[in-house]
Amino acid sequence: MPEITLTVHHKVGLHARPAALFVQTAKKFDCDIKVTHGKRQANAKSILNVLALGVNQGAVIAICAEGEGADQALAALEALVESNFGEDRENE
Amino acid sequence: MKTLRGIAASRGIAIGPAFHFRRADLCFERRTVDDPAAEWARFQCALKAACEQLADVYAKAQAESGDEQAAIFQAHALMLEDPELLDAVQASIVDQGINAEAALSDAAEMYAQMLESLDDDYLSARAADVRDVATRVLRILLGVAESPTTGLDTPSLILARDLTPSDTVLLDKSLVVGFCTAEGGATSHTAILARGLGLPAVVGAGPDVLQIPDGTLLVLDGDEGALLTQPDGDTVARYRAQQTATAALLTEARRHTHEPAVTRDGHHVEVAANIGNVEGARAALEAGAEGVGLLRTEFLYLERTHLPDEEEQYQAYRAIVDTFGDRPVILRTLDVGGDKSLPYLDLPDEMNPFLGLRAIRLCLARTELFKPQVRAALRAGAGRNLKVMFPMVATVAELRAARAMLEECRAELLAEGQPVAERMDVGIMVEVPAAALMADQLAAEVDFFSIGTNDLAQYTLAVERTNARVASLASGFHPAVLRLVHDVIAAAHARGKWVGLCGELAGEPLAIPILLGMGLDEFSMNPPAIPLAKQIIRALTLDHLQAVAQAALEMDTPEAVQSLVRERVPATAAG
Repeated sequence: MPEITLTVHHKVGLHARPAALFVQTAKKFDCDIKVTHGKRQANAKSILNVLALGVNQGAVIAICAEGEGADQALAALEALVESNFGEDRENE
Repeated sequence: MKTLRGIAASRGIAIGPAFHFRRADLCFERRTVDDPAAEWARFQCALKAACEQLADVYAKAQAESGDEQAAIFQAHALMLEDPELLDAVQASIVDQGINAEAALSDAAEMYAQMLESLDDDYLSARAADVRDVATRVLRILLGVAESPTTGLDTPSLILARDLTPSDTVLLDKSLVVGFCTAEGGATSHTAILARGLGLPAVVGAGPDVLQIPDGTLLVLDGDEGALLTQPDGDTVARYRAQQTATAALLTEARRHTHEPAVTRDGHHVEVAANIGNVEGARAALEAGAEGVGLLRTEFLYLERTHLPDEEEQYQAYRAIVDTFGDRPVILRTLDVGGDKSLPYLDLPDEMNPFLGLRAIRLCLARTELFKPQVRAALRAGAGRNLKVMFPMVATVAELRAARAMLEECRAELLAEGQPVAERMDVGIMVEVPAAALMADQLAAEVDFFSIGTNDLAQYTLAVERTNARVASLASGFHPAVLRLVHDVIAAAHARGKWVGLCGELAGEPLAIPILLGMGLDEFSMNPPAIPLAKQIIRALTLDHLQAVAQAALEMDTPEAVQSLVRERVPATAAG
């Protein structure tokens, strides 16, 4: 099962708008996607699950995907997080 | 035709169709269903409707308030579609046969509590979002209108269990002809709101009020405290005639409202207004107020997320004082705590808020709250006729501490080179029985008193006026209250100080003769009550009223007091 590890640089972490974008991106794919932060794991398509991970700025998350389009899903999520959710990174 | 009886809370006749103000009462029973698949389908239908509502709300919010506000509803939509939440709901419905309302409520509450348990302010706030989303779907499942006022599109008589201040924010006042509530007393929020708007109201009319179908033609008699359902044509015609006659009387009173209130024997009393913001100041001037007897300052503090700073307060007070030119304006310092809470102050819940850390007690305990207000008042009073008074003073020590704060602020402002009021009259609200009983001592250290009869009645009769089961006992006409009022006026006059009254009693046609007879100097009331109050005062003779006031003190019940006035002062019947 493919897995990637990323650092969330956004100043609000995986909350608010970044969390919404993250979930919306994950929902475009049919495969199962899990996000892990510390000991907690979440369904990447569940906003409630993702919020409850409590991912703050600078936290490291692992994402794994299984099923149809798993690789594309991971690539899309990686691009989203790496682009700082489409925002400038001046506030890091 | 059927007649419901309640408490006459605000005068006048209202005729119009019934409209129920239904606060989202989302009670449901937990049950098992016979056909779980159908129940799941019912849930999905409600979910779809909720998503459509959210899309509308999102578009509206985006157009009205911009992307940031709208994003909240986008997040709500994501929560509605949350696969984990929906799985939990589906499992409860399909596997356990639980009804949709209970299944959704359980799942949402589980997530809300999980978010709250994470000890993070942002996530705790999201718990409220989860509950809000669930509520939206619950409303649809239960067939409850989205807002309590959805469908209010024609002038109507508002029916409710009781109304809170936040409920009334939702009401488009131009579509309200009157109010009738099942609960509440003469000093309930509904009653106060109605009098403030000059709309007729009957409160405490019992649970039958809630059974009246929407749209039923109603006649409400705010003078007699009656609500008539499905009145016949003759009855409606009779009340319409009465409405017209009252309107004519009011028109006459309004025509003379800018003339002073002088009794037949040449005694002038000041008729002032109770106001709570700048718009109120304008309404007061139009109504013929000779000043402001009570400027409530809570408007600056409520419905916001942080304390107003000194400058903001200064600007607001200055704007109001300027509206009145040379006429006196009495600013009451912050009266919150207890039942009026400010979320950003983080005040602990109290068992007995009316007996708790409220008003001057809170201000003296939290100087960061008090000081900016006192400084703003001193600045706003520079070159103007602004006075201050402190609410809920119970002891001489509190008065001294508050005065010391005033002097401290004055010294600071002078040192900073700011213009301040050279002299500012200082008074207290007399609303605690201890203050009324100690009025002779307190009078030595104030420039004036203002009697707050709503709270004075509550504390004297040991009646919490927001408690519908006992509220009707808290009448300002009670001889116990009137005796205190009488003694306070006498104690102040003995020391050459003047006394005002800013409770509901000041604008009551039946109370005015008694208060005049006791020698009250200033009557302060909601602006709509001013024209009639002045008209009544002009029809009275002070000489005759002193005996009436004395007789009132010897009565045994509030009703006996009212009957006495009706009998001995016919001029009040006009009101």
